[in-house]
Amino acid sequence: MNREESTIQKNVTKTVCYIVLILVTIMCLFWFYLLFVNASRSNAELSRGFTMLFSSHALENWNNLVHGTLPILYGLRNSVIISLLSAALSVYFSTMTAYAIHAYDFKLKKYIYAFILAVMMIPTQVTVLGFLQLIGKMKLDDSYIPLIVPAIAAPITFFYMKQYMDSTLSISLVEAARIDGAGEFKIFNTIVLPLMKPAVAVQAIFTFVSSWNNYFTPSLVLHTDKKKTLPILIAQLRAADWLKFDMGQVYMMIAFSIAPVIVVYLILSRYIVGGVSLGGVKE
Amino acid sequence: MEKQKNSKVVEYNRWGYIFLIPFMLVYTVFQLIPLFTTIYNSFFENYRVGLEQIGPNFIGLENYVTLFSTPDIWKYFGNTMIMWIMGFVPQILLSLLLGAWFTSPSLRLKGQQFFKTVIYLPNLIMASAFAMLFFTLFANEGPINSMLIGWGLMDAAEPYKWLSNTFSARALVAFMNFLMWFGNTTILLMSGMLGIDPSLYEAAEVDGATSNQIFYKITLPLLKPILIYVMITSLIGGLQMFDVPQILTNGTGDPTRNTMTLIMYLNKHLYSKNFGMGGALSVFLFVITAILSIMVFKFTNAGGKEKK
Repeated sequence: MNREESTIQKNVTKTVCYIVLILVTIMCLFWFYLLFVNASRSNAELSRGFTMLFSSHALENWNNLVHGTLPILYGLRNSVIISLLSAALSVYFSTMTAYAIHAYDFKLKKYIYAFILAVMMIPTQVTVLGFLQLIGKMKLDDSYIPLIVPAIAAPITFFYMKQYMDSTLSISLVEAARIDGAGEFKIFNTIVLPLMKPAVAVQAIFTFVSSWNNYFTPSLVLHTDKKKTLPILIAQLRAADWLKFDMGQVYMMIAFSIAPVIVVYLILSRYIVGGVSLGGVKE
Repeated sequence: MEKQKNSKVVEYNRWGYIFLIPFMLVYTVFQLIPLFTTIYNSFFENYRVGLEQIGPNFIGLENYVTLFSTPDIWKYFGNTMIMWIMGFVPQILLSLLLGAWFTSPSLRLKGQQFFKTVIYLPNLIMASAFAMLFFTLFANEGPINSMLIGWGLMDAAEPYKWLSNTFSARALVAFMNFLMWFGNTTILLMSGMLGIDPSLYEAAEVDGATSNQIFYKITLPLLKPILIYVMITSLIGGLQMFDVPQILTNGTGDPTRNTMTLIMYLNKHLYSKNFGMGGALSVFLFVITAILSIMVFKFTNAGGKEKK
């Protein structure tokens, strides 16, 4: 009898759990569902009020958006270039930095490692003033270089790579390659980097996404319309007298800027979610 | 022979420095030098009035005096903290609940991968696009109000003005932050919970402890280091709050600057090229962040066993 009671209780608890989880799922997805529904509706339909059903004006909104005043195709191109290059540089050089600390013994190693860990938490916002003055002096204002090159020095990505190496990369492999006469740089590129593939993939995605979503620094660096990235264009959309806008276009613009990340995420979610719990340190 | 081997090892180890060059060079140029010039700037009077450039003139600590004696900074500091707390409290509660459920050996919930994927999704969404979306959805004549009117929860003649009301405007910012971060926190707490020795749970169950007792007496105390870590890192992130309130309010921090955060204030100084005050504000933020970071290190080292 006691046992029966506890089974019933367990089933009740489970049901409650599933109901809460479903509500949480709705809370997470509702906004995006509504976004994609609204992106498919015409301005006239939107002004008539709320609905959960898709309409048929997505293509029309898209055409209006592309031929409108915001240079969104340039925005897409700029966002892709900056994010891809940032991700590539960040993972390659962070792995290299982690490998330097992991595989070699040298006098300053302890201090450099401590230094990188210490600066890990410094937000870019607090140095951005000096950063803007500096790139002004270097004549790099309104250029992509200050948005891409700093990705080489990414303490958080470095830390993740270091953790991953500690748990997977054995020095004996490197030593074996040395006996075969391979150079250190070659060993790094042909042996270490391929072994780091899972970590590289996870961090490449994270760096790509955070660069794609970044609004603060690009908005201070880029001034020419055709050089601007998608988040800056979103801010311009917000700053414009938005009531005059075709709301279908506004929703389409938002959908357009977040859709690539959603697609990539849905394909790779298993690795991304796994990567979060592995890494620990992320803001 | 021995000597030769040693010199070879030393030669290898030289590569440690070589591989560190790109990081150190780029970090020095794009982070370290800007940090020092930011601090340097904070001691100068350097701003623009219309087309006229004032300074740079050395004025010592005057920028700091101005910064801390005007009520603005305290107001924005308060706003930032209030919106952070409004988002963080529900975030940590829901994360604890979901984490406990997902890791509970007696519940064995199905579809975990699906739920984890869903709750982590908002974290990857472009914050500025998300804020723009909420701006349109919660507009006076927007879909949310029209939905509430449709359900008879709101008077059609007087739609609720979400963004003109201090509480609801702050709540929207907090809610978006909550939505973007609770999945991340849940996954972090789960890895902490999975690290707890299962024999402790078994022993407690044998002793007849209820699942509530197990949660409060075992899970929560053992989770303390990771909870503190989550809280302080979230606070550091909270101090950087910018994209969401900036886009939601178009940079005004309305109503009556009650959603204006510290970084929005910094952004204003940067746009108006008031480098002296901007520098002082940056140094202030840097000092707070540094103190919080030191606390993170203290706790994670004291945590010892905590897996990261």
